[in-house]
Amino acid sequence: MDFGFSLSPSSAVNLDRTDMSLYEMLCDREPTARTCIGCGSCSATCTASAISGMSVRKVLLGIQRGQYREVEKMLSHCMLCGKCTMVCPRGVNTRHLILELCRLYGNSEGEL
Amino acid sequence: MRERFASGFDPFVIPFLIGMAFVLGYCLFGMLRIWFQLPRKDRRKVVLSLITPKGIWKNVKDIFANCLLHVKLWKRNPVLGYMHSSIAFGWFMLIVLGHIEVWLFLPERLRLFYYPIFFNFFVAESESTIQGAVIFFLMDFFLLVVLSGIVLAMIKRVRSRIFGMRRTTNPSFLDRIGLYALWSIFPLRLLCESFTAHISGGSFLTLPMNWIFRQFLGNSMNALPTWWAYSIALGVFMCVLPFTRYMHIPAEMMLIPLRNAGLHILHPRKGFARLQFFSCPGCGVCIDACPMSAKKENIKDCTVYLNRQLRRGNEERIEQISDKCLLCGKCTAVCQVGVQGPEMRIAQRMLRRYAVNQHYTDIDPTKFVPEGGSSAKVLYFAGCMTHLTPAIGRSVRSVLDKAGVGFKMMDPDGGLCCGRPMMMAGRREQTRELIRINTDIIRASGCNTLLLSCPICYRIFKEKYSLEGIRVVHHSVYFDELIKQGRLKISGKTLRKLAYHDPCELGRGCGIYEQPRSAVSAVGTLVEAEKNREESICCGGSLGSLSLSYEKRKDITLASLRNLTVADPDTIVTACPLCQTTYGNYSEIPVKDIAQLIDDASK
Repeated sequence: MDFGFSLSPSSAVNLDRTDMSLYEMLCDREPTARTCIGCGSCSATCTASAISGMSVRKVLLGIQRGQYREVEKMLSHCMLCGKCTMVCPRGVNTRHLILELCRLYGNSEGEL
Repeated sequence: MRERFASGFDPFVIPFLIGMAFVLGYCLFGMLRIWFQLPRKDRRKVVLSLITPKGIWKNVKDIFANCLLHVKLWKRNPVLGYMHSSIAFGWFMLIVLGHIEVWLFLPERLRLFYYPIFFNFFVAESESTIQGAVIFFLMDFFLLVVLSGIVLAMIKRVRSRIFGMRRTTNPSFLDRIGLYALWSIFPLRLLCESFTAHISGGSFLTLPMNWIFRQFLGNSMNALPTWWAYSIALGVFMCVLPFTRYMHIPAEMMLIPLRNAGLHILHPRKGFARLQFFSCPGCGVCIDACPMSAKKENIKDCTVYLNRQLRRGNEERIEQISDKCLLCGKCTAVCQVGVQGPEMRIAQRMLRRYAVNQHYTDIDPTKFVPEGGSSAKVLYFAGCMTHLTPAIGRSVRSVLDKAGVGFKMMDPDGGLCCGRPMMMAGRREQTRELIRINTDIIRASGCNTLLLSCPICYRIFKEKYSLEGIRVVHHSVYFDELIKQGRLKISGKTLRKLAYHDPCELGRGCGIYEQPRSAVSAVGTLVEAEKNREESICCGGSLGSLSLSYEKRKDITLASLRNLTVADPDTIVTACPLCQTTYGNYSEIPVKDIAQLIDDASK
């Protein structure tokens, strides 16, 4: 029956129940991921952010919170242009981080 | 000349025959394997290139110049060139002259494969020898040439600096066996021919040695064991050849025609790439050339070691080496056989499978089509890197205004990426999509010139986009033209010393060296870096490397800066926003883009 509205799925994040394995695997392959301070320089310069809301800062937060669907959407339009790498004050190798994450996705046990 | 043995055979030739049969069989099998790994289209290309007289002439010329005379090595370092060409050309001439001897004196023995090699053992001098004196002389002469090369090769093992090489490769175990076998072949040949010189005749080298030996060796019992040793040395060399770096000798002869046919690497292990890594002589010239070797830990990531690992099939190391490389292309520029290190690595990256695949199908190109009248025929695409260095973009626009060029921006508020970084990451599908969208935008803008201020963009627009009717031009070239045409007036020519850095993608990538230099000279005094043009050193900021982190690039940048500042310039000039940013982080003197320089000096 169509009431003209529907329930949207809950977007609550339960930090006690999130699975950090994807983040840990990512950090093994790209250790600089751990040094992110979430300053958002990458988000400000991103070429793809206008299209998919891409932001490396949010991607890193998202995989630690189990927001896999949102992260996948963000990753889907990255063009690997490397601006985020150049502006990062902590020297996070963002391009490698993104590529490795794209490879790891689906290997993780988290719900995707 | 008459025969000493009616059978024309002696058991000592057997090791040589085994080696020869093995190496010929191996090479034939390998050639067929590579041939059938090539796509049908490529095979057609090769066949077509081989049936034209021009194609055949070019192949013969290249094989002769590169495989025998080593012309490229001579240009690099004369001693190194002499060492290689003396061994290769000298050995070749010994084989050719051996055949001529047999053909002259005992033509019916030409069908025996080993006869020309061991000719002096099987024959005895007769009255007709005088005709052969010239050949005997030449045989001794070329043997001496080869021996001089071998002596140099031994010196090189100990002191490679004399040959202009700071670092060289560590030979593997089998490489060493091949090396020692090769070294022993020619001294043994000299001994053999000396022992039999009083029977079969000789010349200025072998006859005196024969005389000396006879002073203290009463009998000729030494001759046969020495011929055995010579044959065994040849046999060992040929049996290990396929597993050593000496495989480059046969492989390069096949590589040259295939390269001349214009083939590209499509798979890192098959076909053309396979031929390339077998053609690698392991000389290690790429080690000194590689910008990464500024740090000792990166030496094992140079192209010569990639080739070695590809031959060994060491997957883990292949992946690491492929990811680390900056793809600056310098190893290819200095390589004697033309192994395409960056292309091999990109091909390796192409093999990867990703769980998340980027797609751009939902991007609407019409949203990016620049507004403004169709009168402006120049479309300026700043690209990602110029957006990050807005001063360069501002200078480009200012120069265009000063010269009165009507233009419009393709990406005033940030556009899409050109696709080159995706391509370098080996993601062909994504690159193709970006190219399609950008092409639509450019076509819809109605321009006839596409101006770019980033060499990374410039290279892919030049190589992969099909933009017939639209001129793709880099800003350094365009501004040089504006100055030469007098449309742009330079007012402030200074006496400042300007060192120009060739960005990898613009120089080695697209072959543009002169126009930027001409533009820089119009503004100030141009000084050169120690290594420039084809051998310029990557700034270290390249997008080609996937795994090198920011900190690990520091030493590369510092080494590159040292190279740039040998002439003590006042300013470093480059034509790439990425190089400018990278140098800017560490340089003590100002680093400017060519656009900023021209903007400052013009009115």
